[in-house]
Amino acid sequence: MTTTSISVQYEDFDLTVEVDALSGAGAAGAVASFVGYVRGGDVLAMTLEHYPGMTECALADIAVQAHGRWALLGVRIIHRVGRLLPGERIVFVGVAGSHRGEAFSACQFIMDYLKTQAPFWKKEETADGARWVDARDSDEAALRQWRS
Amino acid sequence: MSITVLYFAGLRETLGVEREELALPAQVVDVAGLRTWLQARGERWVALAAPRIRAAVNQTLAGDATSVADGDEVAFFPPVTGG
Repeated sequence: MTTTSISVQYEDFDLTVEVDALSGAGAAGAVASFVGYVRGGDVLAMTLEHYPGMTECALADIAVQAHGRWALLGVRIIHRVGRLLPGERIVFVGVAGSHRGEAFSACQFIMDYLKTQAPFWKKEETADGARWVDARDSDEAALRQWRS
Repeated sequence: MSITVLYFAGLRETLGVEREELALPAQVVDVAGLRTWLQARGERWVALAAPRIRAAVNQTLAGDATSVADGDEVAFFPPVTGG
């Protein structure tokens, strides 16, 4: 059995709860995960905007692609939206597999695709005003390793 | 043909429009045609000419050649920055 669970939400999430849920997804020998946080520095707060409807579809599609590439037991993606403060969790990607190889690879794959295809936009508040975060060339470049 | 167009993030701020319902002329049949037609409004609408501006049709990423049909939802937005 394989599972995929996608959430786009304002609320925070609990890492232990999420990882434990993935490990219970049927004989998982391995769970690999990624957590993204709001960086501090000169950022006072960050607001995440998204495209309701398309966001969930895009994340589900990325999960389908991951299941197609590797034999996975479970995929969990959580992405927060709204106004977040430095140190807060933004995103969780967790993958359950029989072994670590597919779990690690799928986790990275999902993050690389999420960074370039999921319709979220970040706006940072600083002491000098607010600015939209620019997309990075390195994010597009990261996709190439999956396209050979 | 009538469609809904959505604008997100910095592009929305530049254009000052979040959403609009449009009646399209017959010659606008794809994303490229829609972009060109909207730019003809002039002034700040030239922001749609930037190659970095992406599009989606019915909540699926689209290219310039993607068709636009009656009742479609089209969105324009800057490169995404989630994660």
